[in-house]
Amino acid sequence: MDRAQRRDPGRAVSGKRIKVVLAKPGLDGHDQGAKVVVRALMDAGLEVVYTGLRQTPEQVARIALEEDADVIALSSMAGAHLPFCRKLKPLLEANGLADKLWMIGGNIPRQDHDELRALGFRGVFPTGAKLDDIVNYIRENAA
Amino acid sequence: MNDMTRPQPGAVLNESGIEVKPLYTAADVEATGGLGMIGQPGEYPYTRGIHPLMYRRRPWTMRQYTGFGNAADTNQRFKYLIANGQTGLNVAFDLPTQIGLDSDDPLAEGEVGRVGMAVDTLEDFETAFEGIDLDAITVSLTINGAAAILIAMYLAMAEKRGYDVKKLRGTAQNDILKEFVGRGTWIFPVEPSVKLVGDTIEYCARYAPKYTPVSVCGYHMRESGATPAQEMAFAFCIARAYADETLRRGLAIDEFAGRLSYNFNVFGNIFEQVAKFRAGRGLWAKIVKEHYGATDPHSMWLRMIAGGGGGGLTFEQPEINIVRGAYYALIAALSGAQTMALCCYDEAYTIPSEYAQRISLRTMQLLIDEMGLTDTVDPLGGSWYVETLTNQMRAKMEEIMADVEARGGIVKLVAEGAIQAQVSAQAYAMQCAIEQGRFAKTGVNRHRIEEEAPHVELHPYKEEDARAQIAALERARGRRDAGRAKLALAQVRADAQAGANVMPAIVDAVKAYASVGEITRELVGVYGTYREPIRF
Repeated sequence: MDRAQRRDPGRAVSGKRIKVVLAKPGLDGHDQGAKVVVRALMDAGLEVVYTGLRQTPEQVARIALEEDADVIALSSMAGAHLPFCRKLKPLLEANGLADKLWMIGGNIPRQDHDELRALGFRGVFPTGAKLDDIVNYIRENAA
Repeated sequence: MNDMTRPQPGAVLNESGIEVKPLYTAADVEATGGLGMIGQPGEYPYTRGIHPLMYRRRPWTMRQYTGFGNAADTNQRFKYLIANGQTGLNVAFDLPTQIGLDSDDPLAEGEVGRVGMAVDTLEDFETAFEGIDLDAITVSLTINGAAAILIAMYLAMAEKRGYDVKKLRGTAQNDILKEFVGRGTWIFPVEPSVKLVGDTIEYCARYAPKYTPVSVCGYHMRESGATPAQEMAFAFCIARAYADETLRRGLAIDEFAGRLSYNFNVFGNIFEQVAKFRAGRGLWAKIVKEHYGATDPHSMWLRMIAGGGGGGLTFEQPEINIVRGAYYALIAALSGAQTMALCCYDEAYTIPSEYAQRISLRTMQLLIDEMGLTDTVDPLGGSWYVETLTNQMRAKMEEIMADVEARGGIVKLVAEGAIQAQVSAQAYAMQCAIEQGRFAKTGVNRHRIEEEAPHVELHPYKEEDARAQIAALERARGRRDAGRAKLALAQVRADAQAGANVMPAIVDAVKAYASVGEITRELVGVYGTYREPIRF
C-alpha cells in the first residue's frame, strides 16, 4: 500500500476518490449482506450509493451513469444473477460504462463464476468472502 | 467463547447484552425478581408452557419450508415429506408470487419458480394440495405482501374441495411490518399494508375462526441483525400494532387474539434462546391480559413455530450445519415450541435436496423417539441460571418495547427506516466481530480448513417450468368467465377505495380465477407502492 492510500483509503491507486453504486438486482429481498458491505465500504472511506431493493437492469445502468460510478456492484442472494447480468451487460456497455469495475457478491455458486467473469463481472465475491478482501479488491481495481 | 464486548476483562456477555456469571444460585433468581412470573404449565402467565402436559399430550408439529418450480413439483415434494413423517406443511412461494406479480410479468422473468412455487390463479392451489387431506395436516403459507390474496385462495380451494371453512385450520405468515425490516417482499406503503393485515384478521375472525391469519415473525429481524431480546420485543410491538388495528374495527380482543401466532429463530447461545422463549411467553400473556384486558386464556397464549436458524448456519464446512441443526431443534424442544422447522445443511448453497430435507426431518423426529424431550414439561425450569436469565430477558424485552414506544412506536420507526438502520448496524458489527475472530464461528474463524468442493447437490432451475407456468396462466385466463373476473376485480378496487375490508371481494375474485397479479394491480391502483427509506 502506498502513502496516498494510507492517508486516504477511500482513494484508488490512481488517487481518485472511489464511488460505488451498490444495487440489489431483481426481486430478491435479502439485503442484510448488501447493507453490511455498504457500511464496510463507507467505513473504508469510499463513497457509496445504495439503490435499495428491486432494481431492474435498466435502473442499475441509469443510476450508475447518473452517479458517475467507478464501481458497479450487485448483491444477489436468490439465484437470478445470471439472467440479470446477461441483461445488464449490454446496458452498461451502451451507457459507456464498459471500463468501470463490475462486481457481484452473494449466493453465487462456483459453477457460475466463469460465466459472470466472461460477462465482465470481474470481481466475484460469493458467500464467505471477507469485507477486507472486497474493500482491497476495489482499491486495487477501480479506475 | 464469544467476547464481543466485555465490560471488564474476563466478563462474558450474551448477544442480548446480559452479563453471564460463572455460577448461579437461588440468590440470583431472587435478585432478578424471583419466581413471581413462573406459574404452572397451562396456567397464566404460561412461562413454562401453554399446555399443562405439553409434548406428553402431543409432540411438536414438524413443518419444513418447501416449494419450488410449479405447483405439481411442489405437490410431489409435499407428498415425499408427508410419507417421511412430516406433520405439517410450510409453503415457499417464488418471488413474483410473493410480491404480487404474475408469471408472465416482464419483471418476473428469470424468477418464476426459482425460490419457491409459482402461483398465479386458484388452479395452482388446487394442484399444489391435490391428494393432501387438509384436516389431517395443517398448511402454513409463507406469504406476506400478497397474503390477503393467498389466504383467500387457500380458503377458496378448501371450500371447493368440500371442507368447512369455519373449521379449517392453517396459518399465513402475513407479517408485513417485519418484511420492511428484513426479507423485503413488501408491495404497498406501510399504512395500507397494516390495514390489509387488519382486514385478514377481521375476516378470519368472522368467517374462518380456526384459521391463524398472522404469524408475527421475530425470525427475520433476528436474521437481519436483531439480538434475541430485540427479536422478541420487536415482534411484540408489531403484534400490538396489528391488534390495535383490529380493535379499531370493533372486534373484542378475545375474538381474535387466540388466533395470532409467532415465528422465532433459534440460533445462538442455547440458554439465552430458551430463556428468551420462556420470558416471551410470560410477557406476551401479561400484555394481552393487562394491557388489552383479555379474559380468554387462549388469547394469552404465545403459540409459536421456533426453528430455522439460517443465520447461524455457515457456508464453510456445510455438513457441520447438520450438527448445528440438531442443537437448534433441541433449543426449540426445550423451549416448548408448538411447531418446529429446520433450515437444511445445504441452504447456504441451494434449495434443499430431498436428502437434506430428510436429514432435518429425522433430526426433529429422533428428539421425540430417542432423547426423552417429550417426557417432561419445561425440563430446564428451576435451573437457577435459566430462571435468572428468563427474568433478565423479560426485563430486557420490556426495556426495548418501552424504547420503541418512546421513539414513536413500531409503525413509525419502520416507516422511517429507523429499525432497519438499527439492525443493519448491528449486523455489520457482528460481521466485523466474526471476521476479526472476536465472535467465534466454528469452521469460519475457528477450525477453518481449505475445502474441496462441498458435498452439496445444487437444485436445478428449469426454464421450461417457467414457460409451462406462463402457458398454464394463459389457459386459465382463457377458460374463466371473463365477465365475472372483471366484475370481481372492479369490486376489489371499489372496496379498497371505500376503505372497506377488501377480503370478501378478494375471495370472490380468486374464485373467479382472477390472478395474483391482477388483484395486486387493483390494490396498487388505490394504495400505491412502498418507497424504501435508505438510511445508514
